[in-house]
Amino acid sequence: MNKNKEQLLNKRYKAEQRFRLYGQSAIFMALLFLTIFIFKIFSTGYSAFQKTWLIVPVNFDAELMMLDENPTKQDIEDADYYEIALQSMWNLDPNANEDQQNQLKRMVSYFFEREIKQELLKDPNLLGKTKEVYLTASDDLDQVFKANYPRDLPEDQRRVSDYQLKIFDQLVANGNVESKFNISFFTNADSREAELAGIASSFMGSIFSILVCLMIAFPVAVLAAIYLEEFAPKNRFTDFIEVNINNLAAVPSIVFGLLGLGVLLAIFQLPRSTPLVGGITLSLMTLPTIIIAARASLKAVPPSIREAALAMGASRMQTTMHHTVPLSMPGTLSGTIIGLAQALGETAPLILIGMVAFVNTIPGSPMDPAASLPVQIYIWAESAERGFVEKVSACIMVLLGFLIIMNLFAQIIRHKFEKKWS
Amino acid sequence: MRKNGVKMIKIKAKDVDVFYGKKQALFNISLDIEENQVTALIGPSGCGKSTFLRCLNRMNDVIDICSVKGEILINDFNINDKSCDVVRLREKIGMVFQKPNPFPKTLYENVSYGPTIHGIAQSKQEMDEIVETSLKKAALWEEVKDRLHEPGTGLSGGQQQRLCIARAISVRPEVILMDEPCSALDPIATAQIEELIDELKKEHTIIIVTHSMAQAARVSQNTGFFHLGQLIEHGSTDKIFKNPDNKKTQDYITGRFG
Repeated sequence: MNKNKEQLLNKRYKAEQRFRLYGQSAIFMALLFLTIFIFKIFSTGYSAFQKTWLIVPVNFDAELMMLDENPTKQDIEDADYYEIALQSMWNLDPNANEDQQNQLKRMVSYFFEREIKQELLKDPNLLGKTKEVYLTASDDLDQVFKANYPRDLPEDQRRVSDYQLKIFDQLVANGNVESKFNISFFTNADSREAELAGIASSFMGSIFSILVCLMIAFPVAVLAAIYLEEFAPKNRFTDFIEVNINNLAAVPSIVFGLLGLGVLLAIFQLPRSTPLVGGITLSLMTLPTIIIAARASLKAVPPSIREAALAMGASRMQTTMHHTVPLSMPGTLSGTIIGLAQALGETAPLILIGMVAFVNTIPGSPMDPAASLPVQIYIWAESAERGFVEKVSACIMVLLGFLIIMNLFAQIIRHKFEKKWS
Repeated sequence: MRKNGVKMIKIKAKDVDVFYGKKQALFNISLDIEENQVTALIGPSGCGKSTFLRCLNRMNDVIDICSVKGEILINDFNINDKSCDVVRLREKIGMVFQKPNPFPKTLYENVSYGPTIHGIAQSKQEMDEIVETSLKKAALWEEVKDRLHEPGTGLSGGQQQRLCIARAISVRPEVILMDEPCSALDPIATAQIEELIDELKKEHTIIIVTHSMAQAARVSQNTGFFHLGQLIEHGSTDKIFKNPDNKKTQDYITGRFG
């Protein structure tokens, strides 16, 4: 009998040990996947924050630019830079034939003459002189310099020719290739040229969408939650509403996109591809999440607090506004942030309302066309150029950073509120 | 209090029935409550004494399925009448609950809440006075006067309950309802509260629900015994405890059931 008991006891201890092991391995697995994911993103993405420049001597030949002796600012603005730009690239190899000259030109970014123009606008005294100018390298050479490019492929499978590599290697040997922090990744809008493409448009698009979403979803959801939880009679109709709110939270986001397309764009004729429409669509999606979180945290406020206030002669409204709502705020806010974080990462509904369009301007208001960060990731991931691979990861890093900041913000607000009341 | 030897009746309940949905919780309760006296309501769990107490400030309104029938006259005014304003009623009838439930705010805010919403204080100074006198009456002032702006939830259980009493008396209610105010407290805190109740009855009419017969005997002048939703017997505490008319009362008092 005693032996039996001991066996049973051992069995119980063993069961607990096993369970602990399962739990620990589950956590280990989760951490492992997270680490792999983050490592992968960082290792592919970090190089996007560097940009390769070719340092090329440029002769600001007034004649080639069709400028007079003393040009005005406007003249410099209107001058033709293409010729001198072309010339300075060709000068890298004076013996180049026509085909090679073409290849030389393709070693730098598509709009390289603009960079030369900026140089002269900064310092008009350069006219007639020669100066070494930083030109953005083409995306393929950028990748070559970052050692992301398979140089040992046969030439006909490469976008960089042997000749270009030869000239590039000469430039590297002479110290005329430099890598600098990639500011344009943050200040440029999207571009078809990987070396010029940036996230400014999609970042602003995301911010505007989230703001619109917050301004619509938060007040509506909180009012709905307060009414349903504190004021509405409990009957079949309110039960029905509750069930439907829960269902709404489970509706696939693309359906909300269709709603935005069919109602906001088709019926209300709101401007397409704009953060305004995107934000409204996202707010429909976020609404049930916030309502559910707000109701849960209102429910969590102990009824004794309500009774205390009511017994003091507070009206229902006063009880709710003075006690219940402030006490439920931390929970409501974290629910809101979770909802917004979901909205921030949402792609499908935005694609449907046209925020997937190629936008090469930076939006100044929610009424301007824009992309958003996740859609930008989607667009770049679809592009064939090697230069976009690192940009996808870099954009993911920015998105993750955005989310982390939002969560920190939520924590701070939460902390502040909780400090005040306990 | 007796004026010219006549008992002053503060609250007069007439044929009160209470239903939770279809289930009847109180049957035909008629009870007179004397002014400036402590009336104890005793009885086994689930007998309806708390339900009756909550009828007196219409706290049962909060429960959707609860309905109250009959007349409850306070100062000869029927509080179940449609013309009765609940907010003003509850200003006159304070309540202290079983579990101490201070607002998760500062001590000062706890006590000043009632006067604030009812617009009793005209100035900050007046409010300070109200807070001080209320806390003094609740025998809490000396312990907390230096930390009025600390959270009320940081006090001990007994102090919290006295804070709730201070909060209740801050609006100078005529009646204070107490729903087992000591059941969550230790004997010392209980003794403090009981002493306080004795003091408070000079200015307020007090009705206390209690599980402890000893407590009822100690603090009350009148006692009502509830059983299964019926008011079995009521009268002066002396009589109920020493010489009850009803057999059930006798059995309960002597601990034979309940």
